[in-house]
Amino acid sequence: MKTGKSKSNENTEEDPYPESMRESIKKVEKTREERLEEEVDMMNPEERDEVLNNFHPDYKEEGMRPLKVGPNKGDEMPLELADTLEAYPAVEPSKVDLTKVDYEVDVLVIGGGGAGTVASLWAIKEGINPSDILISTKLRHGDANSMMAQGGIQAADKENDSPTAHFLDVIGGGHFANKPELARALAEDAPEILNWHEDLGVMYDKNEDGSMQTLHGGGTSRKRLHSAKDYTGMELMRTIRDKARNLEVPVVEFSPAIELLTDSDGTVTGALLYNMETDQYYVVRAKSVVMATGGFGRLHIQDFPTTNHYGATADGLVMAYRAGANLLDMDSVQYHPTGAAFPEQIVGLLVTEKVRGSGAIPVNREGEAFVYNLEPRDVEAGALIRECYGRNNGIETPTGMKGVWLDTPMIDMLHGEGTFEDNLAYIHRLYTRFGIDPTEDPLLVFPTLHYQNGGIEINKEGKTAVEGLFAGGEVEGGVHGKNRLMGNSLLDYNVFGKRAGIAAAKRAKESGWGELTLEHAVKYADQLDKAGIDEEKTSPMLVPEYRGEETLSRSIDVL
Amino acid sequence: MPDKPETETVEIFIMGKKYEVPKGLTIMKAMEYSGYQYIRGVGCRGGFCGACSTIYRLEGDYKLHTDLACQTTVQDGMYLTQLPFTPAGREQYDLEELDISNNPLLDLYPELARCVSCNTCTKTCPQDLEVMDFVNEAIKGNIEKVAELSFDCIQCGLCAARCPAEIPHHHVGQLARRIYGRYQAPESEHLEERVEEINNGVFDDELEELVNLPEEELRIRYENREIEE
Repeated sequence: MKTGKSKSNENTEEDPYPESMRESIKKVEKTREERLEEEVDMMNPEERDEVLNNFHPDYKEEGMRPLKVGPNKGDEMPLELADTLEAYPAVEPSKVDLTKVDYEVDVLVIGGGGAGTVASLWAIKEGINPSDILISTKLRHGDANSMMAQGGIQAADKENDSPTAHFLDVIGGGHFANKPELARALAEDAPEILNWHEDLGVMYDKNEDGSMQTLHGGGTSRKRLHSAKDYTGMELMRTIRDKARNLEVPVVEFSPAIELLTDSDGTVTGALLYNMETDQYYVVRAKSVVMATGGFGRLHIQDFPTTNHYGATADGLVMAYRAGANLLDMDSVQYHPTGAAFPEQIVGLLVTEKVRGSGAIPVNREGEAFVYNLEPRDVEAGALIRECYGRNNGIETPTGMKGVWLDTPMIDMLHGEGTFEDNLAYIHRLYTRFGIDPTEDPLLVFPTLHYQNGGIEINKEGKTAVEGLFAGGEVEGGVHGKNRLMGNSLLDYNVFGKRAGIAAAKRAKESGWGELTLEHAVKYADQLDKAGIDEEKTSPMLVPEYRGEETLSRSIDVL
Repeated sequence: MPDKPETETVEIFIMGKKYEVPKGLTIMKAMEYSGYQYIRGVGCRGGFCGACSTIYRLEGDYKLHTDLACQTTVQDGMYLTQLPFTPAGREQYDLEELDISNNPLLDLYPELARCVSCNTCTKTCPQDLEVMDFVNEAIKGNIEKVAELSFDCIQCGLCAARCPAEIPHHHVGQLARRIYGRYQAPESEHLEERVEEINNGVFDDELEELVNLPEEELRIRYENREIEE
């Protein structure tokens, strides 16, 4: 730490943990030596079911309700998502002029994160001129969950591993709800994706002989988690983005799509973008549209904090659903077992699974280990919730949040001093900024809303049920079933971003531009009306509302 | 006036305008508490994306500090503004065509040679990186070292905004990392072999079999699969 800077937010002399928490840490320290020796057993299938049924938020009936309209009418999903899907279109069709076209492109990519950028690169490889592509994005190019992934990416590239073993892990981890052909594509494409990354210059963690350093993730049968420190997502996203910048792929930032445009047959023919800075709309006509808007973490399902970026507000689900796309597994939400629960400033932020993969284990108030450290994510999350609320063995913070310890000092004890800082640089930095040294003290964690397991149904080419519409990345569903394994989201956006980009390019080469209407949105609004839903709420949400209550209670619109 | 909140508060000055906010919030949350709804100046909210660069000064002090709004707690008497964009120049290049032998860093970014070793970049970096050190390594053409020292860069651009030599450090680091990853890092033979096996259809039959197995069978395979120690 350099002097003369106020990088550490707290006075380092002061104990970052309040006394009540420090008392518990002392117990954790006492049991640490013996815990280094003995491992907790993995749960059997019955024990896993019991934890999930009783403690995982997805299994809480009052958190779900059936959707009232559209292709998924009757399907149970989280209340917050159902409300968002049943909201009225934000744009009033009579107020926009669709005859003045601002952009006429072959491929429109909605979303400037990992999936969208990968889709654009593969559309170019498939023969589309970069200038005939447009990426529309809500924030800046690359400000996405893709940038935030820490732990790694799975690929079965080691001698003792195979795409078959990877496939089995994916489908078992997903509770056999996955579409098998999608899980297969994920596992089968993985090594080639990493090879492509190597060509782009991604700096994977390697041994001196060039072999990849790989770790276990929750639910993996082989060590196949590849990383770039704990900035894996950032290293991938910035490299892929750099490639797109060199190819001069046009990107329009702060201008999210707010509605798809369709012809009278319901084929997707473009989208309406909204410049959030000037309130202008833009009309885009496209031969193919790739939906790559990511997930729904910022809906804060069941009031959970989230690891997600600011823009993860389910916009793509909303737009595609109105256009007739089918959704899969929307009742399944991934809560990452280890979100930060203290200090308050970073509550909900991700503490990567790589921390557990490197040997740190969850420990309760009394310093006892209570769960194997690498159960599949939903089981591990359920076990942490059980420890806090079922068995009352959690540790309470001054703001009333409960969590359990993640015993991070174990990592350097197991692998040598300096390991943590070298391999988990982000986590180290995140905590030292707030005065906590994770090599000295454990971290308080609690599950945090992390990933949308389901999404828009696609086939293995990345096509949706709606003509002209493709999807890749977190917005699509079926790949992970009811639970995604660690390291498969970075892989997903690469595999299905690529497949969607290629399929979109192929369609663009074979077809022309269509007429532009908002008929599908009008029809959807009629269905909402017939279902008796009032017009109070509109979507897509675009940005979450975090302004102070006091401010909002006095908010008026005079402009 | 509304009642004052009961929690302990601090006074901050957002672009010079005074607001009272609860103690302990990040700058980002304090601005939201004050009524700002972000469009710019926000991204991941977790210290990865570099969208929320902020410059601040503390009352009674002359020094300008830089940090990330999502990772910094507000302090009493903080005068702050966000700097969500730095118009630093970025050079186009084709990684496959670069002349690696002839310091491509200096070739694409000759302004590197204008460095006056003032160390402002290092002092500015919210990630605490040794930015000036990697500028020096870049001038010397030590690509591996630049890649290593710049690895944790979140590309916020604050260094470039404050550099008197107008060097776009974050773009230089990106270039170095890609060159290192592409040309200098040791190759992974096992990865290439696996790709070839897949392309030759080595796993096709077993994958085809698994994809078509009934769920009960698949469950048995899953539960009995061998797990690497």
